[in-house]
Amino acid sequence: MHNTLLNLYAEHEADLARESGDAVASKRRAAIDRFEALGFPTKQWESWKYTSLKTTLATEYTTVPPFASASQHALEFKDLESYFLDELDAYRVVFVNGVYSSWLSSTTHQGIDVCTLGSSWRKNPEWLAENFAALDELDEPLVLLNRALAREGALVHVPKNTAADKPIQIFYFTTADEPLFAQVRNIVVVESGARVEIVERHQTLNGKAHWTNAVTEIRVAPNAHVRYTKLQNDLSTATLTDATFVHQAADSTAVVNTFSFGGKLTRNDLRFHLAGSNAEAHLHGLTLINGDEHVDHRTFVDHAVPHCTSREVYKGVYDGRSHGVFNGQIMVRPQAQKTLAFQQNDNLLLNDRAQIDTKPQLEIFADDVKCSHGCTVGQLDTDALFYLRARGIPETEARALLMLAFANDALAQVELPALERKLHALIHKKLGVSVA
Amino acid sequence: MLSIQNLQAGLADGTSILKGINLEVKPGEVHAIMGPNGSGKSTLSSVVAGREEYEVTGGDVLLDGESLLDCSPEERAHKGIFLSFQYPVEIPGVSVSNFIKTALNAHRAARGEGPLEAALLLKKMREKLELLEMDKSFLSRSLNEGFSGGEKKRNEIFQMAMLEPRLAILDETDSGLDIDALRIVAQGVNALKSPTNAVVVITHYQRLLEYIVPDYVHVLLHGKIVKSGTKDLALELEERGYDWIKKENAGK
Ligand SMILES: Nc1ncnc2c1ncn2[C@@H]1O[C@H](COP(=O)(O)OP(=O)(O)OP(=O)(O)O)[C@@H](O)[C@H]1O
Ligand SMILES: [Mg+2]
Repeated sequence: MHNTLLNLYAEHEADLARESGDAVASKRRAAIDRFEALGFPTKQWESWKYTSLKTTLATEYTTVPPFASASQHALEFKDLESYFLDELDAYRVVFVNGVYSSWLSSTTHQGIDVCTLGSSWRKNPEWLAENFAALDELDEPLVLLNRALAREGALVHVPKNTAADKPIQIFYFTTADEPLFAQVRNIVVVESGARVEIVERHQTLNGKAHWTNAVTEIRVAPNAHVRYTKLQNDLSTATLTDATFVHQAADSTAVVNTFSFGGKLTRNDLRFHLAGSNAEAHLHGLTLINGDEHVDHRTFVDHAVPHCTSREVYKGVYDGRSHGVFNGQIMVRPQAQKTLAFQQNDNLLLNDRAQIDTKPQLEIFADDVKCSHGCTVGQLDTDALFYLRARGIPETEARALLMLAFANDALAQVELPALERKLHALIHKKLGVSVA
Repeated sequence: MLSIQNLQAGLADGTSILKGINLEVKPGEVHAIMGPNGSGKSTLSSVVAGREEYEVTGGDVLLDGESLLDCSPEERAHKGIFLSFQYPVEIPGVSVSNFIKTALNAHRAARGEGPLEAALLLKKMREKLELLEMDKSFLSRSLNEGFSGGEKKRNEIFQMAMLEPRLAILDETDSGLDIDALRIVAQGVNALKSPTNAVVVITHYQRLLEYIVPDYVHVLLHGKIVKSGTKDLALELEERGYDWIKKENAGK
């Protein structure tokens, strides 16, 4: 796999360089060299201690080449409708097997740009080169691989003092007959005083062991506001490795919600860089998995300047033999006085085969700060369960009610009613109860 | 309607708590169960309500001639059993109104009826709140979370009023209530009494029984009903305590 990817890069290096220009080309070159040196992560690495890529890497993949053309697929709007947020008037950027599908999308260049990287390399190369690989500072093989090879994905640019008139949905569907390995990248730039809401979803449509390796870069300018929701509810055969980088300037607000409800292996690296004072970051996560599913959340909030706030709430409910990982790192640098940082990670294990590894990691180098963190691991409260059942509420429903109550704060940053409905429907389905 | 026959129950580890309880409750009756701490009163009510943590090792509990022992707690609730908990559980994130709605509609579903119309549900909730002199702001609060002791007990009776059970077991509903609240809660219970339903009150104090007048008073000691009588027995216990009963039973 490692060699295949290196060869894939070598084969397309010249075309990639021609398309994206010298500056990006040298970033790509450096990335592939580093990837070559590092290889894929193993469990011996501190950052991959609880998550093994072994089975994922054992799969034979077809790699999506950087300049793949539209594949033959028979997807129609009605096949995908159930994945879209109902009744929501939204822009849509849809990719199928790593390739843009204009047929399924609804993009714009009026007021705001909602389009693709692929088309922007042609239309707006300088702007894109400036924003491509500008924030993805992580020295991790999968991020490096993506930096070297990715050239397609969604692009959102909201100009100064503009509120996006509609929410934006970004979809990656995979339908290929053979397991597919795709590199995709989203770039979101929200200029000062602007505002946008985005919902992203990766979904495989057949039970093949597809693997998507995604990177998202979100730049939030002064006094801009962005809300980005990741809806991960894939089949239990799919692998998603995702890294999201948020860079916030002064007085900005950024929310990233991560709802992980399914997939064989999901790894979410989420990194916030608070670079301007009075920036406010919200990281909310809800994980609800069972069977052999595995979700690894690795978050990092970098308080680099004074007077910023971060609020992180991750909840997890683990059934079956599922395995959750939460590693929440908060860095408060010496100059970041008056930082407010809050982190909470609560977990429910529904049986004794399910597993969670949770590790808060606070590194505080400033003295005038308010930081708190907590984590809990518990079971469903049997007293509460009996109380509900003694009032006539059937067991499955009672359990669901308790889990919903437990999950509640993780849903606090969901504001779109259509998204809220969708989440409730998915949660109810996952918990095995009908929607009330 | 409720017939408890030689009921023996205990913990999973084999510890026996209830050691052969017999009790017959007929429609329209009020029974009081008294007894020292740890004698098994709450265990008895939990076993009747179906708590799976207790193991029934002998005897039977019948409702209208049918054994309840194989029924889940929810099935027992649907058949009309209601337990007002000695220690109502706090459930953050579940509002009182959502809880009541879910419970009530589960009862209806068990009878093959659809959910109660929202307007009717609200009207019913308002009526019952009024009966118990509770503020409607209760409805939007998380179930029992941060409720005072007395508020929790009132909330139990509110649920009972909403669910209209056939057999209500009130486990120390009076403890933690101030004098006014005691009167209000008792009035609430009395308002729900009818010739077709019945109430079992577990209490340590004679005062509640001045409001909810029992037809029978039973004394539970070491997992057995060792004495039964009329409401005068409660007065006597209030005066003399349990020592004389313990002595009476010492040799047995
Ligand atoms: N789940 C349990 N685990 C361990 N011991 C238990 C459990 N339930 C009941 N017991 C024990 O059984 C006995 C009876 O308890 P129970 O709560 O029924 O008493 P009670 O009569 O209701 O007392 P009180 O008047 O204090 O409420 C006690 O000794 C108690 O410690
Ligand atoms: Mg008790």
